[in-house]
Amino acid sequence: MIEKYPLRGTQLASRVLDGEVIIMSAADSTLFSLNPVASVIWQAADGRTPLSAIVREHICEEFDIDPETASRDAEAFAEELKSHGILQLLDGPIPAAPQATESA
Amino acid sequence: MSLVQELNNKALRLGVPLSVHLDVTYRCNERCEHCYLEHDDRGEMSSSEIYDVLQQLASAGVFFLTISGGEPLVRRDCMEIIGRARELGFNVKLKTNAVLIREKEAIRLRELGVEQVQISIYSHRSEVHDSVTKLPGSLRRSLAGIRLLRKHGMKVTLANVLMRSNLADGEGVRALAAEVGANYRIDPTVTPMMNGNTDILRLRVPTSELHSIFRNSDLVGDVETFCAPPPPVDDGIREGYPCSAGHTACYVSPYADVFPCVQFPLPCGNLRGEKFIDIWERSPQMLEVRSIRGKDLPTCSSCSHLGTCTRCPGLAYMEGNMRGPSSADCEKSFVRTGIVTAGMLARRGTANPRDLVQISSM
Repeated sequence: MIEKYPLRGTQLASRVLDGEVIIMSAADSTLFSLNPVASVIWQAADGRTPLSAIVREHICEEFDIDPETASRDAEAFAEELKSHGILQLLDGPIPAAPQATESA
Repeated sequence: MSLVQELNNKALRLGVPLSVHLDVTYRCNERCEHCYLEHDDRGEMSSSEIYDVLQQLASAGVFFLTISGGEPLVRRDCMEIIGRARELGFNVKLKTNAVLIREKEAIRLRELGVEQVQISIYSHRSEVHDSVTKLPGSLRRSLAGIRLLRKHGMKVTLANVLMRSNLADGEGVRALAAEVGANYRIDPTVTPMMNGNTDILRLRVPTSELHSIFRNSDLVGDVETFCAPPPPVDDGIREGYPCSAGHTACYVSPYADVFPCVQFPLPCGNLRGEKFIDIWERSPQMLEVRSIRGKDLPTCSSCSHLGTCTRCPGLAYMEGNMRGPSSADCEKSFVRTGIVTAGMLARRGTANPRDLVQISSM
């Protein structure tokens, strides 16, 4: 399967309230409340971390789920978030932000 | 229950200030006759002070942020403030008169992901609108800004404050909103100035005219529902709180003062000397506002309108008692339903005869 790199949408507002991610889309003023697994994907969706790494490093560990089930669930959640415009699923990582260099 | 209601209930349970209204300046390029603000700059927050406040608000859990003024766009750093707010994840609503919105600003607001822009329009006729704002050409310029915002896909709401001077033009503004693809809302509330001056209350819509406004379905929606008699008052209503002020919402002024609401000028603390979370969680004033339930209101707790009245504790505070009735809301409840309020009965004999709603002997 082709690796995907989740990236949070730019036209969204979000806040974590008591562990629950709430999101509002500026495009249509729709309010979303993410379940715990979707919340983990959302919070890790920096456009540089592949979905497989999010599954391995966050979902399996935090939810004590076997990798195959976690991967299947994560892909379904990511596709659903994408369908609402909450996530983009990129084919490759976005370039890293340039590092500030210290002057001598 | 809708997700928004669930979110509000959760914020209430957790003590989170879900919504904050932040005025970034009181300066303005208009001089609206009903405005409750003084427009001189008496030391508004710098950019860096506002950035720090925004960070504190985000840490406290604020999600819905209204950026307003005065006219916020008279600040040269307004777009940077909005940008910083968006970086911090706020859902941003901007209140502006749109006079200063050109193509560049409209594009930038869209890029920044501002959720909606609310613009006050008083009439579809320049001579009426401009006479309210005291700025010649203001309707033309505001409309140009509105059209640019719509062109770039922004959600726009036209807020129509109804007063004596523009009473006949509600329908015209509603039609204008439909023409430009904006939402429309009316508000017949004129509040005293924040310094306590009540002179501008003379601009309020007369009671006799409120009756026809409240029975116009184009303006209020389903008239039967809007004007329905209040339901019986039960324990849930008596234990309920009056509004979100101080519970899940508050107001921050350009001078870093924190209040329970923009219409509730009870100073609770200042962010130049205190942390927002300390004011929110521990200021005696905020705690007092937060402690008030329907059953604690000496007059209104016995009123049949308790469950549906729009009683504003801030307006009541400006009338002298935050636990008392707000006469403007008593009037609205009466005009909507034809049922006399407890506040009106209490005031009988003491009200200003010019504004008195005549009550027959019971």
